[in-house]
Amino acid sequence: MSEQIHTRACREFTRAQVLREAAARAGNGLPLIEPGMPLPAGSGLSRRSFLLRGGAFMLTLYGALNYNPLRLSDAIAQAAAGPPDPVLVSVFLDGGADSLSVLAPVEDATYRRLRPTLALSPDIGTPFGDDTRLRWNPAADGLRILHEEGKLAVAPSIGYTPADQSHFTSRHYWEVGDTDPRLQTGWLGRYLDAVGAPDNPLQGLSVDYSLSPALAPSKVPVAALANPRSYRFGHRNVWGEVDEAMIDAIERMGQASQGSRDNGLRTAADASAQSMKLRRQLLPFATEEDNAPPGIASPVTYPKDEDFGEQLQFVAAMLAIGLPLRCVAIRAAGGYDTHDQQRESFDKDLKSAADCLLAFQRDLEARGLADRVLVHIWSEFGRRPEENGSNGCDHGAAGMAMVMGSRVRRQLLGEFTGVDVLDEDDNMRPSMDFRALHGAILDQWFNFDAARVIPKVRSYNLPAILN
Amino acid sequence: MARRSSPLPTYRGHFGNAQAERLLWRAGFGPRPGEADKLARMGLKRAVRQMMKPRGKSRLVGPAPVLEDNTPLTPYDQWGHDHLWWFDRMVRTTNPLQERMTLVWHDWFATSNDGVGSQRLMLQQNALFRRLATGSFLSLLLEVTHNPATLVWLSGNENTKDAPNENYGREVMELFTLGAGAHYTEHDVREQARALTGWTNGWGDQGYENFHFDPKLHDNGRKRIFKQSGRFDWRDTCRLCVHHRDHPNFFVKKLWSYFIPTPVSGRTLSGLKRLYVKSGFKSGPVIQAILMHPAMYQGPRMVKPPIVHSAGLLRMRGVGIATQSWTWISELTGQRLFFPPNVAGWDDDAWLDTGTFRARWLAARESWEPDILDPGDDPTLARYENAEAPDAAVAAALAFWGNPTIGKTTLNVLNEFAQRCDSEADRDWKKAPYRVMRQNALRSLIAACPDMQTC
Repeated sequence: MSEQIHTRACREFTRAQVLREAAARAGNGLPLIEPGMPLPAGSGLSRRSFLLRGGAFMLTLYGALNYNPLRLSDAIAQAAAGPPDPVLVSVFLDGGADSLSVLAPVEDATYRRLRPTLALSPDIGTPFGDDTRLRWNPAADGLRILHEEGKLAVAPSIGYTPADQSHFTSRHYWEVGDTDPRLQTGWLGRYLDAVGAPDNPLQGLSVDYSLSPALAPSKVPVAALANPRSYRFGHRNVWGEVDEAMIDAIERMGQASQGSRDNGLRTAADASAQSMKLRRQLLPFATEEDNAPPGIASPVTYPKDEDFGEQLQFVAAMLAIGLPLRCVAIRAAGGYDTHDQQRESFDKDLKSAADCLLAFQRDLEARGLADRVLVHIWSEFGRRPEENGSNGCDHGAAGMAMVMGSRVRRQLLGEFTGVDVLDEDDNMRPSMDFRALHGAILDQWFNFDAARVIPKVRSYNLPAILN
Repeated sequence: MARRSSPLPTYRGHFGNAQAERLLWRAGFGPRPGEADKLARMGLKRAVRQMMKPRGKSRLVGPAPVLEDNTPLTPYDQWGHDHLWWFDRMVRTTNPLQERMTLVWHDWFATSNDGVGSQRLMLQQNALFRRLATGSFLSLLLEVTHNPATLVWLSGNENTKDAPNENYGREVMELFTLGAGAHYTEHDVREQARALTGWTNGWGDQGYENFHFDPKLHDNGRKRIFKQSGRFDWRDTCRLCVHHRDHPNFFVKKLWSYFIPTPVSGRTLSGLKRLYVKSGFKSGPVIQAILMHPAMYQGPRMVKPPIVHSAGLLRMRGVGIATQSWTWISELTGQRLFFPPNVAGWDDDAWLDTGTFRARWLAARESWEPDILDPGDDPTLARYENAEAPDAAVAAALAFWGNPTIGKTTLNVLNEFAQRCDSEADRDWKKAPYRVMRQNALRSLIAACPDMQTC
């Protein structure tokens, strides 16, 4: 939940948000292992071998990080043993980003009339190759560059009908992959339920303080983590071998009660064991920056002082050292619920987001990972073409989504529906349903039957998104 | 009376320390030193009565908060002090059930300062929850309905006859009194909104002020709610909801779920519903019956809400708040007071994940931070100069926490850990400092173990 929505914009605490929160928590206590899952008893983690393994882990990981990530643990070894999984990074522009200020129909008289203070000047910005009625906002230059390189495809008018103008409802729809307020699992969560492992929380990772509802599964564990560097369990005045033994004891206390028939005790035990497993997975990040092991430091420079950039950088680094990520969810820089004084925040936020995304793509390219990663950029809706009286725009309907990556096919996804013919609430009409893009990602990127995740997905025309 | 309708079942098994601890944790914030013993000696009936109605006036005992900068708490003003102020009451109250029910009502009528933007209004609402902690639910609902924080939070102050706002009209039924489902229609929602019109406020230097009912803003027309019609107003909204035939069912099940993690049986449910209606919609008698119920002591453990776990760690040792860090630690554990995630309150089935578990470890550590032993300090080392058997080290750490009940499985892990520390101390210079560190680690391991996270 962004501060943005609560403070600057509408306090729309409706039941829809209750449902959204519920969706985020589906799976009964994310990201715990589901009750009924067998103990990791057969996995050979007896105390002795565990210690050996623990010791070996520290040594091999730091010594030969780039070459042998397989020692991390059995689960990771298994995940890494097959061909590397394709990775989707879902980037959410929180608040309803104004698509008409990313790609603007600058020459359109209606647009200029509807946006007396906010219309982009026709003198600046670069024409958008896929539809020359539109020009890129210079703040989105990072995206423009990727588009010109053929690594970004834009859906300029994407949404659904009838449009819901509640942040929470609309966001919920996008997250669960259907216009069903009751659905309690995310579309990526359901995908992970089908293909994920019962013991790898990193397969679905929210780079945030709480889990992205899009990742909410019903079976498999997933994780939320704001900063992998800070996932530590140290203790003042406990160090050396006692510290190591203490860390092991936290995990052992969990493992020892994971078989308990007492549901409450087992829940706490699962959290304990699962957390310590995640801690081990993230150990490479827990060192001081100077002696960070190879693979952590990025070969490219990200925009300074930008959480979003740092989070993307972590994702690239995690992939570089072989951590088994499959679906990642991140909120982009900025807050896009621009009810007032849009100019003051929007361009700055857009620029931060676009620059960070460009840096991420360059990072992946430099690390040789670019073919494995697809980025899905989306927002819960666009904004109303007619600006309001406070130099901002209210909630709209159709907005913008994009897919980014080296394998993306350069083309327009749907078409720009324009501002001359609007829907009955004077909002933009969609030319593509958001589920069509979700479906294309599942079908083509994950090579997974989208119909197993998104109901009635075959009733939409799925665009070809890859080369 | 000739015949009492089937009496509610009462727990008849052994009532020892483990049961007394469970009672204290679920109905309060855990035992103060010696308190579990004392309650166990009383037996179930007197123990529950003691929880319901502690002797003497409710007061705060033990050390008052001391913050890093030695400034007093200013709960209306400074960021985080609202949280610390209430957290302190949880730690020091002599009436833990009253404070726990205040927390229950805060969750039930979940209002977040995220939307209210005034610590003063939030604390006024908090006082209301405390005052009616075990009293009439109808009175509570009436007061909540026109409480300033609620009005701001659920748009009650923007609900006028010309521009009705359905926010509170919906939530009062869906979340506060009846539950989602077939108990009301969308038409009822719109009509409730009309009945609730009329509350408004002024603006002053301090922000909101002068919350009042303005008859000019109230829709005075006839409304039809639950198939009854009349010129209903906000009082009628509350009355109609509480008198709705599906309300006792919702009320009892929801209240039960705060104390017992397994569903209430049909027979008990009917008994509790009757008790609730007969008492004139009071929560106290229902709470008392729940605390006496066999399911309270025989069923599985419950994950403690994070604020209960944290407050309890301080109560167990009779120490006070020594740092402002509790505000952000609680935030990380997933329960920053006055900031429930949304109007449905916290999700009691989802307290623990990889993020909040780490935060609970931080809380465990922070709860005794001022007393952490220093292995570089000579007098401390001198105390640990002599060999200490592993089980003696574990026993000392348990005694530090007042000997809470910890299961065998966890005790075995603690003992293994204590042994391993001995074998790691393979040089003379290591022996004493390792014993000191072992004691540090054991204390925090106990505070964070699965047994301590649950009750």
